[in-house]
Amino acid sequence: MVVIAIFIVNSFASPYFLDAWNLSDATFNFTEKALIAFAMALVIISGEIDLSVAAIIALASTAMGYAAQFGAGTPELVAVGLGVGLLCGAFNGFLITGMGLPSIVVTIGTMSLFRGLSYVILGDKAFNGYPSDFAYFGQGYVFWVISFEFVLFAVMAVLFGILLHLTSFGRMVYAVGNNAMAARFSGIRVGRVKFLLFLMTGVMSGMAAICLTSRLGSTRPSIAFGWELEIVTMVVLGGINILGGAGTIIGVVLAAFIMGLVTFGFGLMNVPGIVMSIFIGLLLIGVIALPVLYTRLRRRFRREQVQ
Amino acid sequence: MSILKKVLVGALISTALVAQGAQAADKKIALVVKALGIGFFEAAAEGAEEAAKEIGGVELIYTGPTDTTAEGQIDVINSLIAQKVDAIAISANDPDALVPALKRAMQRGIKVVSWDSGVAPDGRMVHLNPSSNPLIGNMIIKLAADNLPDGGKVAVLSASATATNQNTWIAEMDKVKGDYPNIEVVTTVYGDDLFDKSYRETQGLIQSYPDLKAIIAPTSVGIVAAAQAVSDEGKIGEINVTGLGLPSEMAAYVDNGASKSFAIWNPIDLGYAAVMLSNDLIDGAEAEPGAKLSMGRLGELTLDDDNAGAMADPFVYDKSNIDQFKDIF
Repeated sequence: MVVIAIFIVNSFASPYFLDAWNLSDATFNFTEKALIAFAMALVIISGEIDLSVAAIIALASTAMGYAAQFGAGTPELVAVGLGVGLLCGAFNGFLITGMGLPSIVVTIGTMSLFRGLSYVILGDKAFNGYPSDFAYFGQGYVFWVISFEFVLFAVMAVLFGILLHLTSFGRMVYAVGNNAMAARFSGIRVGRVKFLLFLMTGVMSGMAAICLTSRLGSTRPSIAFGWELEIVTMVVLGGINILGGAGTIIGVVLAAFIMGLVTFGFGLMNVPGIVMSIFIGLLLIGVIALPVLYTRLRRRFRREQVQ
Repeated sequence: MSILKKVLVGALISTALVAQGAQAADKKIALVVKALGIGFFEAAAEGAEEAAKEIGGVELIYTGPTDTTAEGQIDVINSLIAQKVDAIAISANDPDALVPALKRAMQRGIKVVSWDSGVAPDGRMVHLNPSSNPLIGNMIIKLAADNLPDGGKVAVLSASATATNQNTWIAEMDKVKGDYPNIEVVTTVYGDDLFDKSYRETQGLIQSYPDLKAIIAPTSVGIVAAAQAVSDEGKIGEINVTGLGLPSEMAAYVDNGASKSFAIWNPIDLGYAAVMLSNDLIDGAEAEPGAKLSMGRLGELTLDDDNAGAMADPFVYDKSNIDQFKDIF
């Protein structure tokens, strides 16, 4: 419903909004972030967080650029991107579940570590010798205005939806997030579930790195800078409880559309970016505060009724 | 959830009210900057407005991302393509990453000019350099050397490690270092065009090199931060801060002696020339090596083999003329 409202308001506000190609262009500003947001949603539901995702993009993109210099073709580049993502995720997972360290601290550390490695490798240089067919992932279209990235986004939304809502693994994720101790006593291997979740954010970051690198056609160590907070924003906006235990994938999908279309709509009206940030910030506070206020008011109302 | 929906819809409707109806104009020219809220680019926008008025019938769109990222500029470019502007004049955050987005703009008939910080030749038709890079590279080390007759150690405080123009100027400076044998350039540090980071990097330089004589900051954010740090650390007279900066922001430090002199081209002229060039391209001028494009009151821009051209020489500001310029930009 909100998405429909955005459509209506934006098409009144700007005559350019309802144009198939424009809407297609608009999807690019959220598909890559949404890919990671799906995996991040599961991590947050399980009661953890991964702030190293944007840095994994930087490192995976740097590794792909490095491989491209040695003549790697598109299949190898994809393997490198996903592989680096997997390794980074495994490293996070090992530190958090193997060593029992808190995820927020570990991933703040690896955020600096992974991006730092990219800066060490690249310095002030850029890789841009990617093969021409590699451009398909970020610039290609599957059918008419439906981009490859959008199809990937839709497929991943369905896969993560099934994983979270229809499998026993999904139920374990909720159980771990609601009460890790109880989950452990009921026979769930909590450490293994969490490790798999961090592998997932790693791989999805690798996948986003492939799309973004392909779309930009180049790699710099500053690539995707600051995305981790936008991704967490998307997840929280999607109704995932930041304290863990609750939330749905469809919420994240809607949040992705809302953030993407509002940003694009504002852009069409040439509203300065800082106003967009203020709007997204207020939206976020509103989404978190409103349910709390709502239940509090309702409780007070009920108490008054009882008296 | 229903309350949430109501709030969202309310917020959206209010944004619709903020939006203005499309204005009728013959030409739409967009001036895209690295980030909004930077004095230098606000001055360029002023010049762009002047050019738009002079041409007549031009709707000028002054826009840019919130922070200096290529991803943010790509979103801006996409929204400009969607609005079917006639020309985009952009100061780029990244010479390569913007190429695919700008190529698509050109495929849809939009003229693309890069100015100040350039885009790779594939992604634009014309690049307008504010000055020539060798002249700037020479100027920044000359400013340091002129105030150090006995020579000494000099450090560079740059913007981000990936900033196109700062890196080019530092490379050009390195080429002419031999002409200033007394000057020893000890290191380059990066303040990322953030005031607090530049300030901390300067404090670091002061501690690491006790006998430092000058700091060259070829960035309008860095030079102010460096001058403030030198003032706060009580090093006025010992360390001279120089480089490229805005007169309005540097006037206080020229007055207190932290900076003896610095240079800059005129950003008002730069924004003016970028819009004039865009207009010339919209009117059908061909961008090819050797072509001469009109920059209005600033004369003509002659394109080199890369379709790039230089506007003017950098201009030195010191105690003698700072008061005259500090109110302008």
